[in-house]
Formats: sequence, C-alpha cells, structure tokens
Amino acid sequence: MSTLAGMLPIDWMMAIILFWLLLGLAGLLSHNPRFIVQIVFPLGAVAALALALAALAGTAQTQVATAPLGLPNLPFHLRLDALSAFFLLLLGAASVGISVFSSGYFRAMPVSKLGLLCLEYHVFLASMATVLLADDAYLFMLAWETMALSSYFLVTTDHEQPEVRQAGFLYLLMAHVGALAILMSFGVMLGAHGDDSFAAMRHVHLTSTSASVAMLLALVGFGAKAGVLPLHAWLPEAHPAAPSPVSALMSGIMLKTAVYGLLRISFDLLGVPQWWWGVLLLTLGLITALFGVIFAAVQVDMKRLLAYSSIENIGIILIGIGLAIIFHTSGKGALAALALTAALYHALNHAFMKGLLFLGTGSVLHATGERHLGRLGGLIHGMPRLALLMLVGVLALAGLPPLNGFVSEWLTLQAFLLSPGLPQPYLNMLVPVAAAALALAAALAGFVMVKFYGVVFLGRSRALAAVPPHDAGAREQLGMAYLALGCVLLGTLPTFVVLGIDPVAAELVGHSLAGNVRSTGWLLLTPMRAERASYGPLVLLLVIGTGVLFTAWMVRRFYHGRLRIAPAWDCGFPEQNARMQDTAEGFGQPIRQIFEWFMGVVKHMPSPFDVTPTFHSSVHDRLWDLCYVPVQRASEMLSAQIGRLQQGRIHVYLLYSFVTLLVLLAFVQ
Amino acid sequence: MTHIPFTGQLINMCASLLLLIAFAMLSQRRVLSLVHLFAMQGLILAFSTTVVAYSSHQSHLYFSAGLTLVLKGIILPVILHKLVRRLDILWDVETLFNIPTIMLVGLALVVFAFNLAAPISHMAGTITRSTLGVAMASVLLSFLMMITRSKAVPQVVGFLAMENGLFFAATSATYGMPMVVELGIALDVLIAMFILGIFFFQIRVAFDSLDLKHMEQLKDD
Repeated sequence: MSTLAGMLPIDWMMAIILFWLLLGLAGLLSHNPRFIVQIVFPLGAVAALALALAALAGTAQTQVATAPLGLPNLPFHLRLDALSAFFLLLLGAASVGISVFSSGYFRAMPVSKLGLLCLEYHVFLASMATVLLADDAYLFMLAWETMALSSYFLVTTDHEQPEVRQAGFLYLLMAHVGALAILMSFGVMLGAHGDDSFAAMRHVHLTSTSASVAMLLALVGFGAKAGVLPLHAWLPEAHPAAPSPVSALMSGIMLKTAVYGLLRISFDLLGVPQWWWGVLLLTLGLITALFGVIFAAVQVDMKRLLAYSSIENIGIILIGIGLAIIFHTSGKGALAALALTAALYHALNHAFMKGLLFLGTGSVLHATGERHLGRLGGLIHGMPRLALLMLVGVLALAGLPPLNGFVSEWLTLQAFLLSPGLPQPYLNMLVPVAAAALALAAALAGFVMVKFYGVVFLGRSRALAAVPPHDAGAREQLGMAYLALGCVLLGTLPTFVVLGIDPVAAELVGHSLAGNVRSTGWLLLTPMRAERASYGPLVLLLVIGTGVLFTAWMVRRFYHGRLRIAPAWDCGFPEQNARMQDTAEGFGQPIRQIFEWFMGVVKHMPSPFDVTPTFHSSVHDRLWDLCYVPVQRASEMLSAQIGRLQQGRIHVYLLYSFVTLLVLLAFVQ
Repeated sequence: MTHIPFTGQLINMCASLLLLIAFAMLSQRRVLSLVHLFAMQGLILAFSTTVVAYSSHQSHLYFSAGLTLVLKGIILPVILHKLVRRLDILWDVETLFNIPTIMLVGLALVVFAFNLAAPISHMAGTITRSTLGVAMASVLLSFLMMITRSKAVPQVVGFLAMENGLFFAATSATYGMPMVVELGIALDVLIAMFILGIFFFQIRVAFDSLDLKHMEQLKDD
C-alpha cells in the first residue's frame, strides 16, 4: 500500500467513507453557504463516483480488511465481496446524481441549518457504505444505527413543523424496533460462540428451527427498514416530511441496504435457506407490491404517492428474492440465478428512477411551493426540461420499454413463466397466481404514473394564485439528467448489467447466467435460451424512435398547414376553467371504488338540502388500525400503570430502592 | 465459649458502639447532634480500622484508618457543622413517622441483617467476621433514616453514615478494599458532600425551605 496505485478497492472505499465524514465535518464547521453547496456537495458527488468505480473494480475477488478502530480487542472487520460490491455500486452510482442535485437544491437554505444538513447527509452516505462493507455484527449494527439516526435527523430538517416531528418520531420508532430485531437475529446466529464476526457466523451450524427464528427476526428488522407490509407505516409519513434529495437517498438507496441485509443473512450467513422462507418472502412481496400500488393510485400528495410506489417496488424486489430462494432450494440453480438477478436489477433500477422522481418533486416543490396534486398542473409549460426528465423517470417506473423498469420486471416475469414443475404441488399452483398478481401490480404502476405525470405536468395549472413556475437550476438539472441517463442506459444495455450482476448470483446461488447471456451477443438479452425468450432493447428503441419520428413528420407534413387555434368546443358550458380538468382524486376514483373494502375510505356526503354543499373523502390505512393502534393502546396502558409509581416524593423513591435491596438480600440468602 | 483475643474484643466493642450510634441517629431529632453523632461514628470507625490493621498486620489498613479519621472524623463533620450553622437549622428535625415505630422497624432490620450475615460470617476467616452483621445493620439503619427524614440535611447525614457502614462491612469481611477503590470512594464522598452542600443552598433559594416535600412540585403530570 505504499503507492496509491497499490491500493485495493476496499482500501479506496474506506478512504472514501473517511472522506465523506471529513466533508460532513467541513460542512458543519464552515459558515459559508457558498462553500458548502459549491464545494462540499460536488466533492461528495466525486467521492460517490469514485466509490462506484471502486465497486466495479472490486467484484473480481473477495477482499477483507480490519480497521483498528472500535473497542479494544474488538476491531472492525470489513469485507468486500460481489454482493457488497453490487450494492456499493448502487450506492455510489445513484448518489452521484443526488449529491449534484443537492448542491443546487440546498443553496437557498439558511446556513445554520445547512451545516448540520451537510454533516448528516454525508454521515448518512458514509454509514450506508459501512453497512455494506461490515463483516461483523458489531460494526454492522453500529453503522446501521448511525444510518437510522442520521436519516432521522435528515427527515426532521424542518422540525419547526409538528407533523414533521411526528413523522420523524414514527420513523425513529420503527427503525429502532427493526434494529432490535436485527440484533436479536445476530444473537441467534452467534450460536454458542461469542465471536461476532460474519466469518464465524458462516461456520455455526444452526438447527433448522433456530435458523428460521433468525431469518424471521431478520425479516422483521430489515422489513421495517424496507417498508414490507405491515411495517410500512413510516414510509408515507417520512418521505413527505423529508427534503426531496433526502427522500431520494432514503427511497433509492437506504431501502436497498435492507434488501442487502436480507440477502446477506438468508443466503450467506445462514448457509442454505429453507424453501418456506421463499414462499413467505414471495407472499409478503406480492401483498406489499399490490398494497403499495393500490394505495399509490389514490394518493393526492406527490411524495406520498412516490412513497407508496417505493413500497410497491420493494415488494417486487422481495418477490424476486422469494422466487430465488424457492428455486435455489428445489435445485433449479439457473432459475434461482435468474430470479435473483431480476431482483438485484430491479433494486438498481429503482435507485435510479425513484431517485430521479423524488428529485423532480423537489424541483416542483421549489418552483411552486406545492405538494398537493390538486393544486398543481400544467407545469410542462413553465418547466419543459424538468418535464422531459420526469417523463423518463415516469416511463421507467411504469415499466415501459425501452427503459430500465421494463427489463427487471420482464426478467422477474420470465423467472415465473420459465419455472417448470416445482416439487411442492401447492407451490406450482401459487406460481401462476403470483405471476398474475405481479402483472397486475405492474399495470397499476403504469396507471399511477400516468396519473402522477398527467396531473402535475399536463393540462392547465389548478392553483388559483399561480406564481409562474421557473425551471430548475443548472445543477439540479444536471443531477436529474445523470439519473435519467442512467435509466436509459440501464434499459438499453441490459446484457452488460446482467453480466455485472452475475458474480453476485454466482456467489449466492452458485449458478451463472453469463453463458446464456453471452451466447446471443450484447444486443439481445437472453436469460435462458434463445428459443424461449429474448429482448433486444436497442432494436425496440430503434423501432419506437423511427415510428415516432415518422409520425411526427407525417403530422407536420399533412396537418401543420391546416392548424387553427380556436376556442374549444364548450359542450354548452359558457366558460371552462382549470378546475374542470380531471383531478388526482378523480383519476384515482375507479381504483378507490374497486378497492373500497380494502382501504378505509371515509366519505363526507353533503345533505341534499345543503345550500353550500361540500364533499370530501379521505383514504386511510386499515393496517394502521389493525396493527399499530392496539400496540399503541397497550403501551399507553402499561405506561399509565407504571406512571403510578412516580409519586414525586423522594422518600418514596428511597423506599423503592430500600425494599428492592431487602428483597434482593433475602433472595440471595 | 471460644477465647477471643483482646483485639477481637476491642473490635466487637467498636461494632456495638457503631450499632448504638446508628440507633441514636435514628432517634435523634436535633440536626447538630446528628452531626456530632456522625463525627463520633467516623472516629470509632477509624479506631476500629487501626485495631484491625494492628491485629492482622495489614499495613495498608493504617492508611485507610488515617483517611477515615481525617475525612469522616474531621473534614466532613466540620463542613456539615458550618452548613448547618449557615443555614440556621440547628433544631427540630421532623420525622415522617413517630420515633418509637421507626425504632421497632430498625430492630427488625437488625435481626434481618444478622440473619443474613450468619452464613457469610461462618465462611470468612477474618478476625472481624462476627461484626459483619453489625455492619450490614448499620447500612440498613442509615438507609431507614434517609427514608424517614423529611429535611435535606439529615438525609445527607444518613447517606454518609451508610457509606460508613459499607466501609465497616468491607474491613470486617475482607480486611478492607484495595487502596485504589478506597481512595476513589473517599474522593467520591468528599465531592458528593460539596455538591450536596451546593444543592442545599439551591433548594433553599428555590423553595424557601429545606423541606423535601416541596420538591413534589417538580413532578410532571
């Protein structure tokens, strides 16, 4: 390590983590907002890019390192293998765009807040990277908790508003409950050993019961972070509360660290997974995906909508992992590799497209000060560039070719459709149902995105006192353009991505898709065999492009001469205004109607004799009443009982310890 | 009846004196007398530690004895004395219960403590083993005093007396704690005394009285 060139990728990564921490400190100590937004955040982006490159270089072989930090005799173990390298690549690549965007987005922030935000932001990035590199339970939990805390402070940046504090508290609570579950899971996996390194855990032989207990605990812990039903409640609250780049980081990257943890524990640390874990994950994933997308369809707040959409996408990733476990345990290695590749591919895609969309909502928020879909509209006129970038993200999230969302959903569906007979007959029946449900979720996601884009950007502005919106700043646009380019490249060059993910699949399930993929060249993506299915995005892009250009040319050629601008046919109404457009509520109404039994819809109908009738309806989450309210009531009751002990008299407190002392003495006797 | 050497008899006498003082503290209504009793306790403690040191040839116990003499026999009582005079609370300690009841409870505690110490005393091979029961009893009695007094100063005296009891228990069971621990505890007690002294003034400024029942207002409903 005497020269820079001699540094291994893992050394580079440790250096980058350190650099991020230093950047955070520099931001905290600096009182110059221009320095923070023009130097610190761009440097953070450069570091993120370096991290992505180091991760690309690091997939080749597994590296370990020991950092002489932490407690005495308990050093930090770090390890870089294909799985962590993939997620580090995701972290680095996606955060480049987000950091560039942030350097423009936060420029108007007061410096007192900006310094803290800069610290929390970079600590958040560094802790996520550390989570991915950790090779012992101690460092993992330390980084995990740092991640939770720094993101909590990021969420509560606008802590002057009570609802932000409330959302932050809910998030913190869920994060801690989850962390406890993960800690217990590690405790089970330690077995009788006291050695907390992952290397030792891999060699502990657990009985199938304790392995299942560890897996379930991990599922609770990581599920709470990822937003798996029914532990999703914090997502739709925290995302609207957080500043947009923070939402992008949390939704795009932090949720994926939970996916990483789940993969690390189920495939790596626990050795061989059990088949019913796969069924559980598949079922949970399906329910989560459907739930997320249905609730996303009826939201009227931009960021809540995207938060529910994140829940849906986590569900899709979970479906892939569940399938991979099922195939892996039934000895169908190639299919397991396919399902796992699909899940990881989707994780990577989601980081880019959801990051892009959250950043876009941030720009909309900056320009209009409005998050409510009912008061937006027509932004394509004021912000044409933003509208174009958002269109890419929306199409990707809707799963349309040739963008990236399509590829990963297609791969997941391929894994379903190619599945030959599984040993368990019930599973065989479940698989087509699951595939249909996934297809339903994908279709509904398209619906949600049409609603999102249509209401925000198309039509006319719904706000009565509309400030003419301005397009986002240059650095915001640059950050978003980077992510949009990522969406396009991930969608059009899928063979390279699949080959990049391949070492992970080879590491976790022991099978590789590389042979299949290479067999048809880089232009066509063939996961299994050419006669079954393959996908050539560039060809498709070419066809679509030609079709669009041809149509545009035709329209221009034959119609433009006869273009005439006249008042629209007014249907007998003397005047039309912006409020007559389809609204977000109206767009979601069919879904609300169909799934009314599923979600608690509270409607207020005016009386027929009311002269000034008002109507409003709101959707709320039934799972909240089912899962959270009882817990809350029970803990309230318990605290009230315990509160009786608090007399406020010092003598009574002394008496408590005296009696405790006497009882203990009598007990040891 | 086994023969007990002279030093052993001396130590037993000290122990009984300590127990007597503990009861005296429990029943004493006057703050100044309480401080005097506390000083006496410190002196007896120092004396008994010296005897233990002499009889067991443990030279480090001489240091402990000296430390006890200076700190608990002189410095702390002097500080307390000054505090009491400055705060002008020479008289009139209100107890929360009447004194005969407290004495009866104290008797029960002594029985409990001796019962508790019996198995340990059988195992210990030290010359002072029979005094462990006394030490525990004086710890419990001091604790009881803290509970039953309503003013702040007697509570602090109770706290310090409890520490004395612990110290006696340590010398009687194991010939004292390691020097480092002892020094640490001595320093802690001294600092606690200073902090509590400051608190007295603060409490008085805030509530116009040293009666702790005013502190109930601090409770958050």
